[in-house]
Amino acid sequence: MVDNKNNSTPAGEEHDPSRRKFIKNTGIATGGVIGGTILGALIGNPFKSEESSSTGDSKDDVHFSETRMFFSRFEDFKVLSEATERIYPEDDNGPGAIGLGVPYFIDKQLAGAYGSNKNDYMKGPAQKVEGVNTYQTLMTRGDVFIEGLRKMNAESQKRHDAKFYDLEADQKDEVLQDLSEGKIKLVGVEATTFFKLLRDMTIEGAYADPLYGGNKNMEGWKMKEHPGIRASYMDLIDSEDFEKLDPISLRDYQQ
Amino acid sequence: MAKKLDKVDVVVVGTGWASGIPAAELTKAGYKVVALERGKDRDVTDYIGAKDALRYDKRHEMMEDHIVQTITARNSADQEAFPLRTQEENFEGNNVGGSSSHWSGVTHRPTEFDFEARSKTIEKHGEGKIPKDMNLQDWGITYDEMEKYYDQFEKMAGTSGEEDPVGVKRSSPYPTPPMKETPPITLFKKAAKNLGYHPFQIPSANLSERYENPDGETINQCQYCSFCMMYGCDFGAKSDPVVTVIPTAQKTGNFDLRTESYARRVIHENGKATGVLYVDTRTGQEYIQPADIIVLGAYTLSNTKLMLLSEIGKPYDPKTRTGVIGKNAAGFELSTPGGSARGYFEDKKFNLAMGAGALGGTFSDLDSDNLDTSDLDFIGGGIVELRLRGEDPIGYNNVPSDVPSWGKEFKEKSLHYSNRNLGVGFSPSTYGWRTNYMDLDPTYKDSFNDPLLRVTYDISEQDKKTTEFGIKKMKELMEEMGADIVETSSVAETWGHKHGYGEAAGGVIMGEDPETSAVNNYCQSWEVDNLFVIGASALPHKIPQQTATIGAFAYRAAEGMKEILENGAKLLVDAK
Repeated sequence: MVDNKNNSTPAGEEHDPSRRKFIKNTGIATGGVIGGTILGALIGNPFKSEESSSTGDSKDDVHFSETRMFFSRFEDFKVLSEATERIYPEDDNGPGAIGLGVPYFIDKQLAGAYGSNKNDYMKGPAQKVEGVNTYQTLMTRGDVFIEGLRKMNAESQKRHDAKFYDLEADQKDEVLQDLSEGKIKLVGVEATTFFKLLRDMTIEGAYADPLYGGNKNMEGWKMKEHPGIRASYMDLIDSEDFEKLDPISLRDYQQ
Repeated sequence: MAKKLDKVDVVVVGTGWASGIPAAELTKAGYKVVALERGKDRDVTDYIGAKDALRYDKRHEMMEDHIVQTITARNSADQEAFPLRTQEENFEGNNVGGSSSHWSGVTHRPTEFDFEARSKTIEKHGEGKIPKDMNLQDWGITYDEMEKYYDQFEKMAGTSGEEDPVGVKRSSPYPTPPMKETPPITLFKKAAKNLGYHPFQIPSANLSERYENPDGETINQCQYCSFCMMYGCDFGAKSDPVVTVIPTAQKTGNFDLRTESYARRVIHENGKATGVLYVDTRTGQEYIQPADIIVLGAYTLSNTKLMLLSEIGKPYDPKTRTGVIGKNAAGFELSTPGGSARGYFEDKKFNLAMGAGALGGTFSDLDSDNLDTSDLDFIGGGIVELRLRGEDPIGYNNVPSDVPSWGKEFKEKSLHYSNRNLGVGFSPSTYGWRTNYMDLDPTYKDSFNDPLLRVTYDISEQDKKTTEFGIKKMKELMEEMGADIVETSSVAETWGHKHGYGEAAGGVIMGEDPETSAVNNYCQSWEVDNLFVIGASALPHKIPQQTATIGAFAYRAAEGMKEILENGAKLLVDAK
């Protein structure tokens, strides 16, 4: 065992799993010198539901699934979050990608079979194919996201001397647009392949069943006036009127 | 080392309609049948509550994964093909029921022209009408001869429909009445009538009422729940093998269904097939299953690959136009030939979340029996449809073409139009073309170290002209339906290197001459007379909707198999 005395809970403090206490303790333990990046990461994650950042008297409030499974660097997740929000922004209709939980949806997808291309043909050689939007790389989707998101940050630094998430809205859109047109070069994969994944998975996260961590509280469906999952429309299918129905999710449908 | 198993009467590869129908017919007649299914076991209970668009539609739950194999793709013989690596780019059905489980349920019969396209074109327009690179062939049997098998298929499936006023002759009405007419269908029919067409309800395997088929299987009533095409049915209300022919075969006690059993070769010597070599993918153990009759009833691509790997029949050569296996690949590019129009309505909202795979209106005034192409620069024709599948919100984000595909305006407009748009489409036949074919890839291998199937496919001038016609007609129709904005599809310049929806045809085509076809009109191999190869692989050209035809030929093939089992193997049709 490595001696981790320096990282242990300071004497006299009881272990408390709550976020606020942990941050406080960390601050004390380091005398506040860590500051910056790490503390900023711990305190300022704006992508979580409000309830989950409180200590939460009621267990029902806590969205335990809003926790990263795939992205080890919070920096990558911040770029992802801001990118999805530009693709599907909050507006008068309702929440944007962040409010719908899309970044966590993508994180979970990348942590599973889809992110590791379990069901895909991954034998070489990978070819360079011009003019066809095709997945021609031996990198997994997870690898592609890491490469793409870091390149977005690097490109933002180069162009504006700032991180992607600190850019103005139109500057962010410019980076995304250039990605979508393949004007920013990635290593091992076409930028267009990455952008298509980013765009499509953002829409999936907005509208997939909430069981996957996006479409929070079925808000995506509500904006679309989509009824979600229902057993039967036998009595409504020939209705002359538009039937606005409260959505139902698989949680309340499956046995 | 492969283990040799005890001989049975028949071994079928696959469990969709093409293999499930012979399995049911032969087990009912008392023969022992083994079915080899590469995918997993499935029954109706797998699909209870299966209303998950991400899992089924986007992540292709019912499709073959590409761990074992995929296909490679290129546009012409001078290019290097590349593998279609993801299920988004290439998908075909898997598991018990195969593509016949995830299908929409649309059950059109083909036209009389389809069976005799070459003869009828020459008879009406002269041989000069046929482009020099078109491999246009008769099927070696007529619609009238096949009608009873269509009737048999529809009665097994309980097809819901009403008579097409200008369609092919029928010996009996549809077993169940048509599905409900909904406001968008009414709008479609009214506009079609105004333009002089004869619209009717799409013939459907999503049944309008509960039905018991002649084999004693019950198919339930469709609930219009929208989780249909790309899904298994929550209610057992879509006619598929899992609720019909598979349980029919199982009840006889003569059926041995082996899942996770991947067929790799037909073993044959001296013009007789002796068995099928397959792998149990759970253990890696190889087996040889001997049988008196071998049936390849897998999907188009697998049937073709198995024939090439087994070295039965001469591979097609596009330079000399000789050989048969891999010939007339069709149905890979779904936009061309085709043509569609989408209308955006500002003042109307439709219940687009509701629907079923085969709910909709159609007409056949522009199909190949009814369309006079004397003054048109293509042959054939196609069906027109408005379909109301019930749109899932992930995949259905139609916006006018000046709207970007992401960002603020995309969100606003896709929400605004989500229940305010309808589409109509023209689906013509796709004819065999000299340079469209399948063979074995020289570079890429499957997980057994066999070559992948390679598809070489491009769009012909015939396809482009047909599409221009389709686009024009669909635009007129959508304008007549009163949309505020009408937009059309475009003519594809080349194949987009995608494949799916069970639409591919050709590769092991039927005909009357062994020089130009691989099987006869019983789907019996000309070379190996106890081998039957059934499915859209047998169609010399792709027809707009293939399922009923696959089913009809499967019933005919089963008759041929009984004849052979009773009286010994011989060719059931004399070669011309």
